[in-house]
Amino acid sequence: MYLFDEIWGQFMIRWLHVGSGVMWIGLLWYFNFVQIPNMPKIPDEQKPAIGKVIAPAALFWFRWAALATLVTGLVLMAWTGDILDTMTLGIVGAAEDAFVLKHTAIGIGMWMGIIMAFNVWGVIWPNQKKALGMVEVDADAKKKAARTAMLYSRTNTLLSIPMLYAMVSAQNIY
Amino acid sequence: MKNPLESLPNTVLMGVILTVIMVAVLAAIE
Repeated sequence: MYLFDEIWGQFMIRWLHVGSGVMWIGLLWYFNFVQIPNMPKIPDEQKPAIGKVIAPAALFWFRWAALATLVTGLVLMAWTGDILDTMTLGIVGAAEDAFVLKHTAIGIGMWMGIIMAFNVWGVIWPNQKKALGMVEVDADAKKKAARTAMLYSRTNTLLSIPMLYAMVSAQNIY
Repeated sequence: MKNPLESLPNTVLMGVILTVIMVAVLAAIE
């Protein structure tokens, strides 16, 4: 009976990890590929529909999906016993040979993901709260916060490309 | 100088370049 055994449990955590990761990176790409480039095309009187309704809802699922992805990923690596091997990029750990590429590849992806999750909770979300008027600040600070949030969101878009390669290649080719 | 991250195509290009560098490093240590 494979249901409810350790392998199945680890698979369930991996399934939750991939699912929350799809929501996180999907919404990240929505912000960067859809929302941000099209905001200038929306008439001023219609902008609150995005700023007051769509963006806060998208940001809710975005930041909690980021946290869920981080937590499920770390829980999975702790459960399989690979956390030291992966966090040290395969240099240190239980594996017999240095640089076991599976650990190196997924470790690179994990560190990129950790940086991205920190960017979400430490930079993007606090600045979006100012930019969207959830926290009252003056007009200059609001503009600056929107720019900072956008640049860190772009940084995460940049990192998402090698991060996904690292994660998927570790699973499939190494 | 304009921050390259302000352009979405430049961001994607930098992401692809970073991926290629990463793949080359992984191939070199294999």
